[in-house]
Amino acid sequence: MKTVLSLSVNGTTRDDVIPDNMLLVDYLRENIGLTGTKVGCDGGECGACTVLINDRPRHSCLTLAVTCQGARIETVDGLSRDNRLSALQRGFDEKLGAQCGFCTPGMIMASEALLRANPKPDEAAIRNALAANICRCTGYVKIIEAVQFAAEIANEIADEALAS
Amino acid sequence: MSTSEQDIIPVQSIGVPKPLVDGPEKTTGKAMFAADFQSIEALVGRILRSPHAHANIIRIDTSKAEALPGVKAVVTEADCSDSYGVLPIAMNEWALARGRVRYRGEPVAAVAAINVATAQAALDLIEVTYEELPAYFTAADARADDALDLHQEKPGNIEREVDFDLGDVDQGMAAADLIREVDVRCAEVCQVQMEPHAAYAEYDPGRERLTIRPSTQVPFYVHKMLSRTMGMADSHIRVIKPHIGGGFGSRTETLQSDLIAGLLARKARGTVRVVLSREETFITHRGRPESHIKMKVGMKADGTITATDFSVVQRGGAYSGYGIVTILYAGSMIFGLYDISSVRFKGFRVLTNTPPCGAFRGHGTVKTRFAFEGLIDDMATELGLDPFAVRRANLLVAPTMTENDLLVNSYGLDQCLDWAEAASAWKARKGKMGPNKGLGMACSHYISGASKPKHWTGEPHATIHLRVDWDASITLLTGAAEIGQGSSTVMAQCVAETLGVDMSRIRVIASDSAVTPKDNGSYSSRVTFMVGNASIDAAQNLKATLVAAAARKLEIAPEDVECLGEVFRGGQQDQGLSFDEVVMEALKGEGTITVKGTYDTIPESWGGKKYRGAAIGGTMAFSYAAQVVEVTVDPYTAEITVDKVWVAHDCGRALNPLAVEGQVQGSVWMGMGQAMSEETQYHEGLLLHANMLDYRVPTIIESPPIEVASSKPTTPMDPLGPRKRVKARSAASCPP
Repeated sequence: MKTVLSLSVNGTTRDDVIPDNMLLVDYLRENIGLTGTKVGCDGGECGACTVLINDRPRHSCLTLAVTCQGARIETVDGLSRDNRLSALQRGFDEKLGAQCGFCTPGMIMASEALLRANPKPDEAAIRNALAANICRCTGYVKIIEAVQFAAEIANEIADEALAS
Repeated sequence: MSTSEQDIIPVQSIGVPKPLVDGPEKTTGKAMFAADFQSIEALVGRILRSPHAHANIIRIDTSKAEALPGVKAVVTEADCSDSYGVLPIAMNEWALARGRVRYRGEPVAAVAAINVATAQAALDLIEVTYEELPAYFTAADARADDALDLHQEKPGNIEREVDFDLGDVDQGMAAADLIREVDVRCAEVCQVQMEPHAAYAEYDPGRERLTIRPSTQVPFYVHKMLSRTMGMADSHIRVIKPHIGGGFGSRTETLQSDLIAGLLARKARGTVRVVLSREETFITHRGRPESHIKMKVGMKADGTITATDFSVVQRGGAYSGYGIVTILYAGSMIFGLYDISSVRFKGFRVLTNTPPCGAFRGHGTVKTRFAFEGLIDDMATELGLDPFAVRRANLLVAPTMTENDLLVNSYGLDQCLDWAEAASAWKARKGKMGPNKGLGMACSHYISGASKPKHWTGEPHATIHLRVDWDASITLLTGAAEIGQGSSTVMAQCVAETLGVDMSRIRVIASDSAVTPKDNGSYSSRVTFMVGNASIDAAQNLKATLVAAAARKLEIAPEDVECLGEVFRGGQQDQGLSFDEVVMEALKGEGTITVKGTYDTIPESWGGKKYRGAAIGGTMAFSYAAQVVEVTVDPYTAEITVDKVWVAHDCGRALNPLAVEGQVQGSVWMGMGQAMSEETQYHEGLLLHANMLDYRVPTIIESPPIEVASSKPTTPMDPLGPRKRVKARSAASCPP
């Protein structure tokens, strides 16, 4: 069976005909070419595929695309605004929260959901928000620092945007 | 450009914390990993795997699969020209099993089809008739007298037996005040790098050429094994390394999926994408072998070690792979950390019906180190000595040669011990932390690249090309495989520092066999040392070219040219020439500037000849580490929580302090996972933990803060002192 899926992806509304059994991650990666979202496991183990569905972090590998009818989807590919890295993208870059970079899209999206809900998280809140995301390079130490740094500069970036 | 005196200083890039040159690609999702390549015509590649741990293949019938609409190619061993492997003397693996399968999940056939459903249906239509054979899942079973040989040329299922007896062990034991033994079994562990294995292969049927993007740490070795397996000329293959989602040794050798992608693309005469599942990535394995270690150490009352007598038996899995090297490292690397001279070693690498093991981070050394560090700790306690005191009683003095002829040209363990002891407040807190809490410590070391490469060709260890053209940007061409460890960044730093220019002038192009010079790849912690030094050499050659051009333009002698990076001048009074002006002058009559830099090791570092394989362990520099861990034990459940880690690391001069810290934290943490929760298990050869929930990689919740210090003794062998700094850590964290 196929369905016309109408949704917003990274701020752009789309209508696509998709099979009902298609996973959101396959829709994003294979159908519309947003390969920033990664597949690191066989389903729900690693968090690399985390995207935002209506501001909430979700495993796109455990989500059927048809269930996203009318939803607002955000992926790492759409976080940069006006060709400027977002606070989290800067944080993961400058603080070396990303080494190989494969878990990074999921880490950044899970952190994005956290900072939207809690702009000044303490370390425990960061750990809880990223508990479903596995990284194999960093030991998580610099990931925590990256999120802390991003939280600090987020306001600064927002102020600059207002001023410009 | 301002030329006022205070402005003109060469830009410093070394010793400065630098984010990765490819960081923004990774944080924006633009970095392309192997599975991210796609095109409308790309076919789906899928692999049929053996359901048996050990069986003869009587017959493979692919006719029904080939007849299925949408199937473009089916390949078996009949499509392979030759076997493949790691060491020239032990290439006994085939991309697709030939005649016999030796572990559950071994690839037997593969298909390329228009979509996943068709590919999967085609696999189900391949008929394979097996004749089951007795299978051996432990080293002991495989070594039994009546066990069938997995490989005819390896009688008794012994891949390699290693034997050495150096110094005088009997006399050393006789001189000891205390002799103690341990008998430990360390579990098999798997790298579980975040990116599952993948390869994207494009075959050009008109020209009979293959272009492939494999997820590998060793593009050059994949290239060699593709030409061998496919019977193609090396020159007809192009290997482009995409972004790589970690390695830790899992991709330090060619994998079947790389070869199968090439075979399928050629047979389908098109483009094929092979992406393994996480389960298949676990089955591909190449992790650290299960090891059984028996060790006896003799010690004087003051902590001086007088003799060491030990044996290691490794369950190596079904094929040779790196096996010979792994068992040699397990013996040879007992040396080089402490001043010990009398050592007897017996090692057995055993072939079993489990997935092949490989060169996991800290290759071969970690479990020996775990046994040794634990044993000398226990002996210290018995003698009433502090664990730090025992280590200090056995320090080396560099430069020196160990009893097995490993060159130790610099040594920072003493400083590492001092820092770890002070930072953890060891003296004030050890033994006084109240119930259920404690401190422990251990040390480790690792090489900075094997001084003798496994394929000896007479070429330099590393070659770098630099190209400068009319736009005055510097293009650095390297074969070194950036896999997330920051190799491209450190090369750019080395070149920028040598020239005194900003790193933004340098663009790194890495690992495209059609463009970049050959490099052996990212393994044995070789890249920063070998390729870093080649980068410095290339930059010095470029600098000489630019200085000569500046001298011509300024009409002064080259030795009178002051090179300040962005400005070349004759003296303070001289306004000088900008970098761009010097480049334009250098291009006159010459055109595009291309220079080369190389690096080679010295024969003294090539290891010894006292026993067969004694070259293994030879390196230009060892890195050293000392580590303290604070833990809490739940008195009711015995659950252990790691509260904090302090680690000091002697990596020579830290070229990129940010990357050193990140690498050290990551490897300490990986060692912790192996010590605490990670273990592969099998039921009659079937992997029980082939996913990231059952194979317990630590999450952020159970991962402690890790405080890092990197010390600064430099090796006398090179100008800037680059030294790879990763691997020593996982050893100090003690695996299970």
